[in-house]
Amino acid sequence: MEKDALISGCKVLIVGGSAGSLEVLLQLIPGLKALPDFSMVIILHRKYTDDTTLEELLSLRTTIPVKEVEDKTPLVAGNIYIAPADYHLLFEKSGVLSLDISEKVNYSRPSIDVSFESVAEAFGASVIGVLLSGANADGTLGLNAIKEAGGKVVVQDPASAGMPFMPQNAIDNVVVDEVLNVTDLFRFISSINQ
Amino acid sequence: MIEDRQLEILVNDVFEYYGFDFSGYSRASLKRRVDRIYQLDGFQNFYDFLTRVKTDTGYFKRMVEEITVNVTEMFRDPHFYKVLREEILPQLGTKPFIRIWHAGCSSGEEVFSMAILLKEANLLQKALIYATDINPIVLDTAKKGIFPLRMMKQYSENYIESGGKLDFSNYYTANYGYAKFGEDLLTKMVYSQHNLVSDSSFNEFDLILCRNVMIYFDKDLQERALGLFDDSLSKLGYLALGTKETIKFSPIQKRYVQLNKDKIWKKMH
Repeated sequence: MEKDALISGCKVLIVGGSAGSLEVLLQLIPGLKALPDFSMVIILHRKYTDDTTLEELLSLRTTIPVKEVEDKTPLVAGNIYIAPADYHLLFEKSGVLSLDISEKVNYSRPSIDVSFESVAEAFGASVIGVLLSGANADGTLGLNAIKEAGGKVVVQDPASAGMPFMPQNAIDNVVVDEVLNVTDLFRFISSINQ
Repeated sequence: MIEDRQLEILVNDVFEYYGFDFSGYSRASLKRRVDRIYQLDGFQNFYDFLTRVKTDTGYFKRMVEEITVNVTEMFRDPHFYKVLREEILPQLGTKPFIRIWHAGCSSGEEVFSMAILLKEANLLQKALIYATDINPIVLDTAKKGIFPLRMMKQYSENYIESGGKLDFSNYYTANYGYAKFGEDLLTKMVYSQHNLVSDSSFNEFDLILCRNVMIYFDKDLQERALGLFDDSLSKLGYLALGTKETIKFSPIQKRYVQLNKDKIWKKMH
Protein backbone atom coordinates (compact mmCIF):
# COMPACT_ATOMS: atom_id res chain seq x y z
CA MET A 1 0.00 0.00 0.00
CA GLU A 2 1.27 3.50 -0.79
CA LYS A 3 0.40 4.64 2.68
CA ASP A 4 0.78 8.39 2.65
CA ALA A 5 -0.97 8.92 -0.63
CA LEU A 6 -3.79 6.66 0.34
CA ILE A 7 -4.76 7.24 3.87
CA SER A 8 -4.29 10.79 5.07
CA GLY A 9 -6.70 13.71 4.93
CA CYS A 10 -9.76 11.52 5.15
CA LYS A 11 -12.89 13.22 6.48
CA VAL A 12 -15.45 10.57 5.66
CA LEU A 13 -15.03 6.82 5.41
CA ILE A 14 -18.20 5.53 3.82
CA VAL A 15 -18.94 1.83 3.77
CA GLY A 16 -21.65 0.29 1.61
CA GLY A 17 -22.82 -3.27 1.76
CA SER A 18 -25.64 -5.69 1.22
CA ALA A 19 -26.07 -9.43 1.80
CA GLY A 20 -23.04 -10.82 3.63
CA SER A 21 -21.82 -7.40 4.83
CA LEU A 22 -23.11 -7.44 8.38
CA GLU A 23 -20.72 -10.29 9.21
CA VAL A 24 -17.83 -8.23 7.84
CA LEU A 25 -18.80 -5.17 9.89
CA LEU A 26 -19.04 -7.33 13.01
CA GLN A 27 -15.48 -8.48 12.36
CA LEU A 28 -14.13 -5.01 11.55
CA ILE A 29 -15.70 -2.68 14.07
CA PRO A 30 -14.92 -4.27 17.46
CA GLY A 31 -11.17 -3.96 16.86
CA LEU A 32 -11.20 -0.28 15.90
CA LYS A 33 -9.80 1.95 18.64
CA ALA A 34 -10.83 5.36 17.36
CA LEU A 35 -11.57 7.25 14.16
CA PRO A 36 -9.02 10.10 14.17
CA ASP A 37 -10.40 13.21 12.39
CA PHE A 38 -12.87 11.25 10.30
CA SER A 39 -16.32 9.80 10.64
CA MET A 40 -17.50 6.45 9.39
CA VAL A 41 -20.85 6.21 7.65
CA ILE A 42 -22.47 2.84 7.01
CA ILE A 43 -25.02 2.27 4.26
CA LEU A 44 -26.36 -1.24 4.60
CA HIS A 45 -29.27 -2.81 2.74
CA ARG A 46 -31.62 -4.43 5.19
CA LYS A 47 -35.21 -5.09 6.04
CA TYR A 48 -37.22 -2.24 7.51
CA THR A 49 -37.90 -4.21 10.68
CA ASP A 50 -34.20 -4.69 11.46
CA ASP A 51 -34.01 -0.99 12.17
CA THR A 52 -32.60 -0.29 15.62
CA THR A 53 -31.05 -3.72 15.87
CA LEU A 54 -28.10 -2.78 13.70
CA GLU A 55 -27.25 0.24 15.84
CA GLU A 56 -27.51 -1.92 18.95
CA LEU A 57 -25.53 -4.78 17.43
CA LEU A 58 -22.61 -2.48 16.64
CA SER A 59 -22.87 -0.34 19.80
CA LEU A 60 -22.46 -3.41 21.96
CA ARG A 61 -19.17 -4.22 20.30
CA THR A 62 -17.32 -0.89 20.27
CA THR A 63 -16.55 2.12 22.43
CA ILE A 64 -16.80 4.36 19.38
CA PRO A 65 -20.17 6.19 19.48
CA VAL A 66 -22.62 4.60 17.01
CA LYS A 67 -25.58 6.71 15.93
CA GLU A 68 -28.46 5.94 13.67
CA VAL A 69 -28.94 9.05 11.55
CA GLU A 70 -31.88 11.39 12.11
CA ASP A 71 -32.54 14.15 9.63
CA LYS A 72 -29.96 17.00 9.82
CA THR A 73 -27.66 15.10 12.19
CA PRO A 74 -24.29 16.93 12.24
CA LEU A 75 -21.45 14.78 10.97
CA VAL A 76 -18.84 14.73 13.76
CA ALA A 77 -15.41 13.14 13.45
CA GLY A 78 -14.87 10.12 15.65
CA ASN A 79 -18.41 8.75 15.32
CA ILE A 80 -19.98 5.93 13.37
CA TYR A 81 -23.24 6.79 11.60
CA ILE A 82 -25.75 4.29 10.27
CA ALA A 83 -28.22 5.09 7.51
CA PRO A 84 -31.73 4.28 8.77
CA ALA A 85 -33.74 1.67 6.88
CA ASP A 86 -36.16 2.98 4.25
CA TYR A 87 -34.46 6.38 3.77
CA HIS A 88 -31.74 7.54 1.41
CA LEU A 89 -28.90 9.30 3.20
CA LEU A 90 -27.48 12.50 1.70
CA PHE A 91 -24.54 14.73 2.64
CA GLU A 92 -24.94 18.50 2.83
CA LYS A 93 -21.90 20.71 2.17
CA SER A 94 -22.69 22.41 5.48
CA GLY A 95 -21.64 19.17 7.19
CA VAL A 96 -25.04 17.78 8.17
CA LEU A 97 -26.74 14.61 6.99
CA SER A 98 -30.14 14.77 5.33
CA LEU A 99 -32.65 12.00 4.76
CA ASP A 100 -34.80 11.46 1.69
CA ILE A 101 -37.65 9.04 0.98
CA SER A 102 -37.71 9.39 -2.80
CA GLU A 103 -37.91 6.34 -5.09
CA LYS A 104 -35.76 3.31 -4.45
CA VAL A 105 -32.58 3.15 -6.49
CA ASN A 106 -31.27 -0.30 -7.50
CA TYR A 107 -34.35 -1.67 -5.69
CA SER A 108 -32.84 -0.24 -2.53
CA ARG A 109 -33.49 2.46 0.03
CA PRO A 110 -31.02 3.33 1.39
CA SER A 111 -29.17 3.07 -1.89
CA ILE A 112 -25.39 2.88 -1.72
CA ASP A 113 -25.05 4.73 -5.04
CA VAL A 114 -27.16 7.63 -3.78
CA SER A 115 -25.07 8.13 -0.64
CA PHE A 116 -21.73 7.55 -2.41
CA GLU A 117 -22.58 10.09 -5.12
CA SER A 118 -23.73 12.57 -2.49
CA VAL A 119 -20.63 12.21 -0.29
CA ALA A 120 -18.42 12.57 -3.37
CA GLU A 121 -20.20 15.80 -4.27
CA ALA A 122 -19.95 17.23 -0.75
CA PHE A 123 -16.51 16.01 0.37
CA GLY A 124 -14.61 15.27 -2.84
CA ALA A 125 -11.06 14.05 -2.32
CA SER A 126 -11.53 13.67 1.46
CA VAL A 127 -13.64 10.56 0.98
CA ILE A 128 -12.70 6.91 1.17
CA GLY A 129 -15.41 4.61 -0.18
CA VAL A 130 -15.52 0.94 0.73
CA LEU A 131 -17.84 -1.56 -0.92
CA LEU A 132 -18.47 -4.91 0.75
CA SER A 133 -20.31 -8.11 -0.03
CA GLY A 134 -23.64 -8.10 -1.81
CA ALA A 135 -25.80 -9.62 -4.49
CA ASN A 136 -26.79 -6.57 -6.53
CA ALA A 137 -25.14 -3.83 -8.57
CA ASP A 138 -25.66 -1.00 -6.08
CA GLY A 139 -22.45 0.84 -5.18
CA THR A 140 -20.61 0.63 -8.50
CA LEU A 141 -21.76 4.00 -9.87
CA GLY A 142 -21.24 5.51 -6.45
CA LEU A 143 -17.66 4.27 -6.18
CA ASN A 144 -17.04 5.71 -9.60
CA ALA A 145 -18.34 9.10 -8.44
CA ILE A 146 -16.02 9.01 -5.41
CA LYS A 147 -13.09 8.11 -7.66
CA GLU A 148 -13.88 10.89 -10.13
CA ALA A 149 -14.10 13.42 -7.30
CA GLY A 150 -10.56 12.46 -6.24
CA GLY A 151 -11.42 10.12 -3.37
CA LYS A 152 -10.11 6.62 -2.77
CA VAL A 153 -12.07 3.48 -3.51
CA VAL A 154 -11.63 0.14 -1.82
CA VAL A 155 -13.50 -3.07 -2.52
CA GLN A 156 -13.77 -6.24 -0.49
CA ASP A 157 -12.00 -9.11 -2.22
CA PRO A 158 -14.86 -11.04 -3.85
CA ALA A 159 -13.14 -14.28 -2.84
CA SER A 160 -13.62 -13.28 0.81
CA ALA A 161 -17.19 -12.03 0.36
CA GLY A 162 -20.30 -14.00 1.29
CA MET A 163 -21.87 -12.61 -1.90
CA PRO A 164 -19.17 -11.77 -4.45
CA PHE A 165 -21.39 -10.12 -7.08
CA MET A 166 -21.41 -6.59 -5.71
CA PRO A 167 -17.66 -6.17 -5.15
CA GLN A 168 -16.89 -8.00 -8.42
CA ASN A 169 -19.21 -5.69 -10.35
CA ALA A 170 -17.34 -2.71 -8.92
CA ILE A 171 -13.94 -4.20 -9.82
CA ASP A 172 -15.16 -4.81 -13.38
CA ASN A 173 -16.38 -1.25 -13.83
CA VAL A 174 -14.32 1.07 -11.63
CA VAL A 175 -10.57 1.63 -11.36
CA VAL A 176 -10.35 0.64 -7.70
CA ASP A 177 -7.40 1.56 -5.49
CA GLU A 178 -7.44 -1.56 -3.35
CA VAL A 179 -9.05 -4.99 -3.28
CA LEU A 180 -8.73 -6.30 0.27
CA ASN A 181 -9.81 -9.27 2.32
CA VAL A 182 -11.32 -8.63 5.75
CA THR A 183 -8.02 -8.76 7.66
CA ASP A 184 -6.34 -6.30 5.29
CA LEU A 185 -9.42 -4.12 5.30
CA PHE A 186 -9.16 -3.88 9.07
CA ARG A 187 -5.49 -2.87 8.80
CA PHE A 188 -6.37 -0.34 6.14
CA ILE A 189 -9.12 1.33 8.20
CA SER A 190 -6.93 1.32 11.33
CA SER A 191 -4.24 3.25 9.46
CA ILE A 192 -6.47 6.08 8.19
CA ASN A 193 -5.14 9.49 9.31
CA GLN A 194 -2.57 7.83 11.56
CA MET B 1 -24.89 17.13 -13.94
CA ILE B 2 -25.67 20.74 -13.22
CA GLU B 3 -23.30 22.86 -11.14
CA ASP B 4 -24.03 24.46 -7.78
CA ARG B 5 -23.94 27.88 -9.35
CA GLN B 6 -26.50 26.82 -11.97
CA LEU B 7 -28.78 25.41 -9.30
CA GLU B 8 -28.78 28.81 -7.59
CA ILE B 9 -29.66 30.49 -10.89
CA LEU B 10 -32.56 28.08 -11.33
CA VAL B 11 -33.79 28.69 -7.77
CA ASN B 12 -33.64 32.48 -8.26
CA ASP B 13 -35.34 32.43 -11.65
CA VAL B 14 -38.10 30.08 -10.50
CA PHE B 15 -38.85 32.47 -7.65
CA GLU B 16 -38.80 35.47 -9.96
CA TYR B 17 -41.03 33.90 -12.63
CA TYR B 18 -43.40 31.78 -10.58
CA GLY B 19 -43.11 32.91 -6.95
CA PHE B 20 -42.14 29.41 -5.78
CA ASP B 21 -39.27 29.73 -3.34
CA PHE B 22 -36.97 26.71 -3.19
CA SER B 23 -34.11 28.65 -1.62
CA GLY B 24 -34.68 26.99 1.76
CA TYR B 25 -34.67 23.48 0.35
CA SER B 26 -31.90 21.16 1.41
CA ARG B 27 -29.31 21.38 -1.36
CA ALA B 28 -28.21 17.75 -1.47
CA SER B 29 -31.71 16.53 -2.22
CA LEU B 30 -32.75 19.44 -4.45
CA LYS B 31 -29.67 19.05 -6.62
CA ARG B 32 -30.26 15.35 -6.96
CA ARG B 33 -33.89 15.89 -7.96
CA VAL B 34 -33.05 18.60 -10.49
CA ASP B 35 -30.21 16.48 -11.92
CA ARG B 36 -32.65 13.62 -12.23
CA ILE B 37 -35.24 15.49 -14.30
CA TYR B 38 -32.49 17.21 -16.33
CA GLN B 39 -31.15 13.79 -17.35
CA LEU B 40 -34.55 12.13 -17.65
CA ASP B 41 -35.68 14.75 -20.14
CA GLY B 42 -32.43 14.56 -22.10
CA PHE B 43 -31.08 18.07 -21.65
CA GLN B 44 -27.48 18.65 -22.74
CA ASN B 45 -27.22 22.29 -21.85
CA PHE B 46 -28.27 23.96 -18.61
CA TYR B 47 -29.49 27.12 -20.33
CA ASP B 48 -31.84 25.14 -22.60
CA PHE B 49 -33.29 23.60 -19.47
CA LEU B 50 -33.55 26.96 -17.72
CA THR B 51 -35.27 28.58 -20.71
CA ARG B 52 -37.75 25.72 -20.91
CA VAL B 53 -38.60 26.07 -17.22
CA LYS B 54 -39.03 29.84 -17.54
CA THR B 55 -41.07 29.92 -20.75
CA ASP B 56 -43.18 26.75 -20.54
CA THR B 57 -45.57 26.78 -17.56
CA GLY B 58 -46.56 23.18 -18.22
CA TYR B 59 -42.94 22.11 -18.02
CA PHE B 60 -42.44 24.13 -14.85
CA LYS B 61 -45.32 22.19 -13.27
CA ARG B 62 -43.72 18.95 -14.33
CA MET B 63 -40.47 20.07 -12.73
CA VAL B 64 -42.19 20.92 -9.44
CA GLU B 65 -43.94 17.56 -9.55
CA GLU B 66 -40.62 15.77 -10.06
CA ILE B 67 -38.50 17.67 -7.56
CA THR B 68 -41.03 17.56 -4.74
CA VAL B 69 -41.01 13.99 -3.50
CA ASN B 70 -44.42 12.36 -3.36
CA VAL B 71 -43.61 8.94 -1.95
CA THR B 72 -46.26 8.02 0.63
CA GLU B 73 -48.40 5.10 1.72
CA MET B 74 -51.39 4.31 3.91
CA PHE B 75 -50.57 3.55 7.53
CA ARG B 76 -46.88 4.09 6.78
CA ASP B 77 -44.97 3.08 9.94
CA PRO B 78 -47.87 1.09 11.43
CA HIS B 79 -46.63 1.48 14.97
CA PHE B 80 -47.01 5.25 14.66
CA TYR B 81 -50.67 4.73 13.75
CA LYS B 82 -51.09 2.33 16.64
CA VAL B 83 -49.97 5.08 19.00
CA LEU B 84 -52.38 7.53 17.35
CA ARG B 85 -55.17 4.99 17.67
CA GLU B 86 -54.50 3.95 21.24
CA GLU B 87 -53.08 7.05 22.90
CA ILE B 88 -53.74 10.23 20.95
CA LEU B 89 -57.28 9.83 19.59
CA PRO B 90 -58.78 8.88 22.99
CA GLN B 91 -57.35 12.18 24.31
CA LEU B 92 -58.68 14.20 21.41
CA GLY B 93 -62.03 12.42 21.73
CA THR B 94 -62.76 14.33 24.94
CA LYS B 95 -63.00 17.56 22.91
CA PRO B 96 -66.28 18.75 21.40
CA PHE B 97 -64.62 19.19 18.02
CA ILE B 98 -61.36 17.90 16.57
CA ARG B 99 -59.27 19.82 14.04
CA ILE B 100 -56.40 18.03 12.34
CA TRP B 101 -53.89 19.37 9.80
CA HIS B 102 -51.89 17.16 7.47
CA ALA B 103 -49.18 19.52 6.20
CA GLY B 104 -47.54 18.25 3.01
CA CYS B 105 -50.21 15.59 2.53
CA SER B 106 -49.10 14.59 -0.99
CA SER B 107 -51.68 12.31 -2.65
CA GLY B 108 -53.64 11.83 0.58
CA GLU B 109 -52.75 8.30 1.71
CA GLU B 110 -52.04 9.42 5.27
CA VAL B 111 -55.18 11.57 5.31
CA PHE B 112 -57.34 8.56 4.47
CA SER B 113 -55.50 6.53 7.10
CA MET B 114 -56.39 9.20 9.65
CA ALA B 115 -60.04 9.30 8.56
CA ILE B 116 -60.23 5.51 8.98
CA LEU B 117 -58.76 5.75 12.49
CA LEU B 118 -61.26 8.49 13.39
CA LYS B 119 -64.14 6.46 12.00
CA GLU B 120 -63.15 3.40 14.00
CA ALA B 121 -62.88 5.53 17.15
CA ASN B 122 -66.36 6.95 16.44
CA LEU B 123 -64.89 10.42 16.19
CA LEU B 124 -65.16 11.11 12.49
CA GLN B 125 -68.47 12.98 12.76
CA LYS B 126 -66.95 15.62 15.03
CA ALA B 127 -63.61 15.88 13.23
CA LEU B 128 -62.37 17.96 10.35
CA ILE B 129 -59.13 17.14 8.56
CA TYR B 130 -57.36 19.93 6.71
CA ALA B 131 -54.89 18.56 4.20
CA THR B 132 -52.48 20.81 2.35
CA ASP B 133 -49.64 20.49 -0.10
CA ILE B 134 -47.53 22.83 -2.22
CA ASN B 135 -48.38 20.78 -5.32
CA PRO B 136 -51.94 21.12 -6.75
CA ILE B 137 -51.55 17.99 -8.90
CA VAL B 138 -51.25 15.64 -5.93
CA LEU B 139 -54.17 17.39 -4.22
CA ASP B 140 -56.39 16.56 -7.19
CA THR B 141 -55.45 12.90 -6.78
CA ALA B 142 -56.10 13.01 -3.04
CA LYS B 143 -59.56 14.57 -3.46
CA LYS B 144 -60.72 11.67 -5.61
CA GLY B 145 -59.90 9.05 -2.98
CA ILE B 146 -58.82 6.65 -5.71
CA PHE B 147 -55.62 4.68 -5.28
CA PRO B 148 -53.97 1.83 -7.21
CA LEU B 149 -55.48 -1.51 -6.26
CA ARG B 150 -52.07 -3.19 -6.34
CA MET B 151 -51.08 -1.20 -3.23
CA MET B 152 -53.97 -2.53 -1.13
CA LYS B 153 -52.23 -5.70 0.01
CA GLN B 154 -49.43 -3.69 1.61
CA TYR B 155 -51.87 -1.12 3.04
CA SER B 156 -54.05 -3.86 4.46
CA GLU B 157 -51.03 -5.39 6.22
CA ASN B 158 -50.04 -1.98 7.56
CA TYR B 159 -53.62 -1.40 8.73
CA ILE B 160 -53.72 -4.68 10.63
CA GLU B 161 -50.31 -3.98 12.17
CA SER B 162 -51.61 -0.59 13.33
CA GLY B 163 -54.29 -2.39 15.33
CA GLY B 164 -57.05 -2.40 12.71
CA LYS B 165 -59.62 -5.12 13.39
CA LEU B 166 -61.79 -4.98 10.27
CA ASP B 167 -61.35 -6.29 6.79
CA PHE B 168 -59.52 -3.39 5.12
CA SER B 169 -61.37 -4.01 1.85
CA ASN B 170 -64.56 -2.78 3.56
CA TYR B 171 -63.22 0.72 3.07
CA TYR B 172 -63.00 0.69 -0.70
CA THR B 173 -64.66 -0.56 -3.84
CA ALA B 174 -62.34 -2.22 -6.31
CA ASN B 175 -62.77 -1.39 -9.97
CA TYR B 176 -60.51 -1.64 -13.03
CA GLY B 177 -57.31 -1.83 -11.02
CA TYR B 178 -58.28 1.00 -8.69
CA ALA B 179 -59.60 1.17 -5.15
CA LYS B 180 -62.12 3.93 -4.52
CA PHE B 181 -62.51 4.89 -0.88
CA GLY B 182 -65.91 5.73 0.64
CA GLU B 183 -67.47 9.20 0.40
CA ASP B 184 -68.08 9.23 4.16
CA LEU B 185 -64.31 9.54 4.66
CA LEU B 186 -63.98 12.27 2.02
CA THR B 187 -66.70 14.52 3.46
CA LYS B 188 -64.54 15.19 6.52
CA MET B 189 -61.52 16.33 4.51
CA VAL B 190 -60.73 19.83 3.28
CA TYR B 191 -57.94 19.97 0.69
CA SER B 192 -56.15 23.17 -0.25
CA GLN B 193 -52.86 24.37 -1.60
CA HIS B 194 -50.57 25.72 1.11
CA ASN B 195 -46.87 26.47 0.98
CA LEU B 196 -44.90 25.97 4.17
CA VAL B 197 -42.22 28.30 2.79
CA SER B 198 -44.36 31.39 2.35
CA ASP B 199 -47.90 30.93 3.72
CA SER B 200 -48.95 31.60 7.28
CA SER B 201 -51.08 29.89 9.90
CA PHE B 202 -54.75 29.56 8.89
CA ASN B 203 -56.45 27.89 11.83
CA GLU B 204 -55.89 26.33 15.22
CA PHE B 205 -55.46 22.58 15.41
CA ASP B 206 -55.44 19.82 17.99
CA LEU B 207 -53.13 17.63 15.96
CA ILE B 208 -50.69 18.55 13.20
CA LEU B 209 -48.98 15.87 11.13
CA CYS B 210 -46.06 16.73 8.89
CA ARG B 211 -44.21 13.53 8.17
CA ASN B 212 -41.16 13.30 5.94
CA VAL B 213 -41.76 16.76 4.48
CA MET B 214 -39.28 18.89 6.41
CA ILE B 215 -36.44 16.48 5.62
CA TYR B 216 -36.27 18.32 2.28
CA PHE B 217 -35.78 21.69 4.01
CA ASP B 218 -32.59 23.24 5.32
CA LYS B 219 -32.42 24.06 9.01
CA ASP B 220 -33.65 27.66 8.64
CA LEU B 221 -36.70 26.62 6.70
CA GLN B 222 -37.35 23.77 9.12
CA GLU B 223 -37.32 26.38 11.85
CA ARG B 224 -39.85 28.50 9.97
CA ALA B 225 -42.17 25.54 9.44
CA LEU B 226 -41.90 24.47 13.08
CA GLY B 227 -42.73 28.04 14.13
CA LEU B 228 -45.76 27.92 11.87
CA PHE B 229 -46.90 24.63 13.43
CA ASP B 230 -46.32 26.04 16.90
CA ASP B 231 -48.50 29.05 16.03
CA SER B 232 -51.20 26.76 14.66
CA LEU B 233 -51.35 24.28 17.52
CA SER B 234 -53.72 24.63 20.47
CA LYS B 235 -52.42 24.21 24.00
CA LEU B 236 -52.03 20.48 24.72
CA GLY B 237 -52.19 19.82 20.99
CA TYR B 238 -49.94 17.27 19.31
CA LEU B 239 -47.27 17.58 16.65
CA ALA B 240 -46.35 14.42 14.73
CA LEU B 241 -43.28 14.14 12.51
CA GLY B 242 -41.63 11.35 10.51
CA THR B 243 -39.80 8.55 12.31
CA LYS B 244 -36.35 10.06 11.67
CA GLU B 245 -37.25 13.70 12.28
CA THR B 246 -36.77 15.66 15.48
CA ILE B 247 -37.49 19.06 17.07
CA LYS B 248 -34.61 18.68 19.49
CA PHE B 249 -32.43 21.29 17.74
CA SER B 250 -35.29 23.82 17.66
CA PRO B 251 -36.12 26.59 20.17
CA ILE B 252 -39.76 25.44 20.19
CA GLN B 253 -38.79 22.16 21.83
CA LYS B 254 -38.75 23.73 25.31
CA ARG B 255 -42.52 24.07 25.18
CA TYR B 256 -43.02 20.47 24.09
CA VAL B 257 -42.81 17.05 25.66
CA GLN B 258 -42.03 14.05 23.50
CA LEU B 259 -44.45 11.20 24.12
CA ASN B 260 -42.44 8.22 23.01
CA LYS B 261 -40.13 7.02 20.30
CA ASP B 262 -42.75 7.59 17.65
CA LYS B 263 -42.01 11.27 17.15
CA ILE B 264 -45.13 12.79 18.66
CA TRP B 265 -44.74 15.89 20.79
CA LYS B 266 -47.34 17.50 23.07
CA LYS B 267 -47.46 21.28 23.38
CA MET B 268 -47.43 22.04 27.10
CA HIS B 269 -47.77 25.84 27.02
